[in-house]
Amino acid sequence: MTTTTAPTGLGQGVGLDTARLLPRPSAAHLVDHLARMGSLPYRGRELIVEVERAGLRGRGGAGFPTATKMEAVRTRGARLLQGRRPIVVANGTEGEPLSAKDKTLLVHAPHLVLDGMVAAARAVGADEAVVCIERNAGSVVHSLERAIEERHSLNAGDGITLRVAETPARYIAGEETALVNWLNGNDAKPTFTPPRPFERGVSRRPTLIDNVETLAHVALIARFGAEWWRTAGTETDPGTMLVTLNGVDRPGVYEVPLGASLRDVLRNAGAHDVAGVLMGGYFGTWLTPRQAAMVTLSAGDLKAVRAGLGCGAIAVIDRDACPLAELARVTRWLASQTAGQCGACANGLPAIASAVEHVARGADRDGAAELAARRWMEMVAGRGACKLPDGVVRVVSSGLGVFAEHIAKHRADGACAAFDRAPLLPVPGPEASWR
Amino acid sequence: MSSTRIRLRLDPIMCVAHGLCAELFPERITLDDWGYPIIDPTPIPPALEEHARRAVEACPTLALLREREHLR
Repeated sequence: MTTTTAPTGLGQGVGLDTARLLPRPSAAHLVDHLARMGSLPYRGRELIVEVERAGLRGRGGAGFPTATKMEAVRTRGARLLQGRRPIVVANGTEGEPLSAKDKTLLVHAPHLVLDGMVAAARAVGADEAVVCIERNAGSVVHSLERAIEERHSLNAGDGITLRVAETPARYIAGEETALVNWLNGNDAKPTFTPPRPFERGVSRRPTLIDNVETLAHVALIARFGAEWWRTAGTETDPGTMLVTLNGVDRPGVYEVPLGASLRDVLRNAGAHDVAGVLMGGYFGTWLTPRQAAMVTLSAGDLKAVRAGLGCGAIAVIDRDACPLAELARVTRWLASQTAGQCGACANGLPAIASAVEHVARGADRDGAAELAARRWMEMVAGRGACKLPDGVVRVVSSGLGVFAEHIAKHRADGACAAFDRAPLLPVPGPEASWR
Repeated sequence: MSSTRIRLRLDPIMCVAHGLCAELFPERITLDDWGYPIIDPTPIPPALEEHARRAVEACPTLALLREREHLR
């Protein structure tokens, strides 16, 4: 096993500025990419061992160990008859309104993601890899299609068929069973499990679905090895991650080493008058300013405050905003994202959203609406085919806790002056189709 | 020596809230505010297995599933 030495300028994880994934200037063209990274060495199955050694966890939100998933697909593929070769799906659907890191990565370093797809495909025994992008993300699709053409013209495909699929622009469409369902010609709605995609996915083939950032890390590990990869981050949380920062003076996508202090990351981007921090996007957890000042970007620290790294989307709410108005808008939007398939979700989420709106308007004088919200949250938790209800429970229950003082004020005096302020947290408009 | 343990599980997509299961097996199945079943996922003791079987067979949409766990 040989690995190339990482070129100088590729981040070693010192300080906050670690440009591994996001090159400056961008490397949209293959020549620039190869000049920066060198060519992708051929590594088969043993790459899975290297990824395990690296300790890479998925960057799409769930944080599952990537090597475990790869090995499950490989083993499954090796057991099945011919014609059921594994397939790789790179998930670049980024329905999370607070996240822009996947789109940014795909525009600035499309070849790194494609390398990751090729390397992962070789490792699990796949001959095809599809990268899925939301239909409304125009320039991203263009960037990838051009990148794939470049590889074809330079004959750099290496036996793996690469293609782009433009998915329905819906929040839930990016959930892995929904994505598989859609790739199989159905609505982009979640399905009951088992079977999970690694068992029976696209065209009934064992399917490796990884977030595009995860695959970019796989490409780095395939090139430079686990040991180098682990020079960024900490022993328990190795590597770098992309975060999307919202509600700060300099919002945008940053690459930071895991284990960095959240306070430093936010301060670096210009955060002030923090009233609360939403960690992990609309599927995430609210933190008090105190919690946000204490945690590092590590699974263990965040777990202690019932949060996680999620997809790396972070939003700061300042003291001029009404956090309840923000929470109510987000909850209503999440409720509108139900696929309507599961009774608890289709009925429970709108009920919870109405109760939160009632609290936010300052109309919950006796606290009955808040109690109802809590009762419904307990009722719907864990009862969807996908985790949408659980996400709503997490964001609402943590929000009700973090903004308890604000709730008390609304209860006593009615909605605060900031209630009608322009929204800080974006809520996308009308929805596209499920196909 | 091996034995089996039975648990109930619901396919929430198939379920359309007929509610027969809760009627037949109230010991382990209750209905939520909208008439959809809430299933107790803990193993079912042998004395209740017959009730569980009846509830599963009564489901018009085959949404209620009996899952067997083999224990060594």
